[in-house]
Amino acid sequence: MKRTAFILVLLIGLLLAWAARDFPAWGDPHSPASSSAVSSHFIANTGVDTEVPNMVTAVLADYRGFDTMFETVVVFIAGLAVFSILRGGPNRRTRDREFVVDFEPDLIVTNTVRLIVPVIQIFALYVLAHGHVSPGGGFQGGVAMGASFILIALSWDLKTALARFPIERCFTVAALGIVIYAGIGLLSMFLGGEFLDYAHLAKVFPVSPEMARYHAMLGVEIGVGFTVTAIMFALYAGLSTDGRMRDGL
Amino acid sequence: MFEEGSIFNQLLVERLNYFIYVVLLLIGLWAMIAKNNLIKKLIGMSVFQTAIILFYVSIGVKDGATIPIYLPEHDPHASHLPLESNASEVGAHGPQVLEASLVSSYTNPLPHVLMLTAIVVGVATLGLALSVCLRIYRGYGTVEEDELLEKLEQMDGQTGGGRGRRRPRKRSPRRNTQESNQSRKVTSAEKSGSQKPNSSRRPNPKNAKPKPSGESLNKSETKDENRPKPVRKRRKSPPRKPREDSSQ
Repeated sequence: MKRTAFILVLLIGLLLAWAARDFPAWGDPHSPASSSAVSSHFIANTGVDTEVPNMVTAVLADYRGFDTMFETVVVFIAGLAVFSILRGGPNRRTRDREFVVDFEPDLIVTNTVRLIVPVIQIFALYVLAHGHVSPGGGFQGGVAMGASFILIALSWDLKTALARFPIERCFTVAALGIVIYAGIGLLSMFLGGEFLDYAHLAKVFPVSPEMARYHAMLGVEIGVGFTVTAIMFALYAGLSTDGRMRDGL
Repeated sequence: MFEEGSIFNQLLVERLNYFIYVVLLLIGLWAMIAKNNLIKKLIGMSVFQTAIILFYVSIGVKDGATIPIYLPEHDPHASHLPLESNASEVGAHGPQVLEASLVSSYTNPLPHVLMLTAIVVGVATLGLALSVCLRIYRGYGTVEEDELLEKLEQMDGQTGGGRGRRRPRKRSPRRNTQESNQSRKVTSAEKSGSQKPNSSRRPNPKNAKPKPSGESLNKSETKDENRPKPVRKRRKSPPRKPREDSSQ
C-alpha cells in the first residue's frame, strides 16, 4: 500500500517537475498570467472605476464581489457546521473529561495579554478600515480580531472569552456580516443597478459613483470582517472544548 | 551538472521556486495518501494547500514591480494624497486609464485576491475537518485509520454496535404490508421500543437462514470495500433486540 503510494507520489512529482520547466521564470513580466487582459484591465482601470487605490481590495470587493460574498457564506456555513457537528450526536462519552486540566491563569501571561489585546483589536480595526489605501481588508482584519479573542481564551480560559463574546452572539454577528454584505448588494439592486453594482448607491448618497464604490467596499469589508471574526472565534471555541463550550483549554 | 541547459540547471536554478512547490505538494500528497492518522492527513492537506497558494503568489510576481496599490502619482483620482500638480491635471482631464507601459510596474493583483479568500476558506474548511475528526474520536476512540476500520468491522460482528442508527426503517413498512392482519398497535409498539413481538418473530426461517451464510462469507473473504454497508444493516438488527430489552 505504502509502496504504491510512494511510487504514485514520485510519479506525480516527476510529472510536475517536468511540467515546471515550461512555467514562466520568476518575476517574468511577460508571463501568461501577468500579460493577460484581465489583470491588465484590473491594474489599468481600477483607479478610474473606483476611488480605491488598492487594486486587491477593488478586485476582491467589487469586480469579484459575488465570489467574495459566497466565500463569506462558506466561512459562515463552516462555522455553523462545526458547531452542529460537535454539539449534536449520540452518546457523548463522559471519559472525555479526564484530560480537562484544572489550572490557574498565569499572572504574567494574563497581564501581558491584558495590555496587548486592545492594541491587537485597534490594529485589526485599522487593517479593516484602511484596507482600501494600504494592504488590508475584511478577511485580514477579521482574522486579527478573532485572534485577539482566541488569545483571551488561551491566557485565561474559554469562560472568560465567552463572557466577552458569547457563542450565540458569535453566530448573530456572523450572520449580521453576511446581511450587511448582501444588503449593500440588494440596495444597489433596488436602486436600479445589478446586484453588488455599488455605483448606483450614488443616487442616494451625496457622492460620486466612484466614491460610492469606495464606501460600499468599506461596508462590504466590514461585513466580511464581522463574519470572519465571529467564525474564527467560534471555530476555536468549538474545537477546543469538543463542542461543550465550557471548561476547555 | 549545473551547466546551461541541463535539466538540473532548469529545475534547481532557474525554476527553483516551482521545484520547492512541487516538493511541498508531494509532501502533502504523501501525507494524505500514506499516513494512517486522520490529523496527519489534515496536516498534509494544509501543506498541499500552502504549496498551491505559494505557487499562485509566485505567478503574480513581476520584476521591478511594486505592490498592487496605486502610487500617488499614478492614482487617477489621487484624492487621498492631494498633490497640487496632479490635482489640477485631474481636474482638467478627468480620471484617465493607466497607461499600458505603467501596467507592468504593478504586480498582478488577481492571484493575491484568489489566494486571500482561499486562505480564509481553507482555515474554515480545516476547522470543519477537525471537528469531524473530533466526532470520529468521540465515537470510536481513535483517529487511526486502520484501527477505525477494525472497529467498524468489529461493530458489524458485535452486538448492535452501530451508534445512532437505531431504527431499521426498511423493515416496519414491509412487515406491515406482508402481515397486514397484525394490527397497527404492533408497529407503534415497535417504534416505542418494546420489541418482544419482533424478537419472537425474528428466528423465522426468512430472516435466520441467510444470515449465517452471509457472515461466513464475510469472514472467509473479508473484502474491505463494498462489504460493510449492506451486511451491517442485515446483521445488526437481530442481536440488538436483547440489549434493548435488558435496558428496559
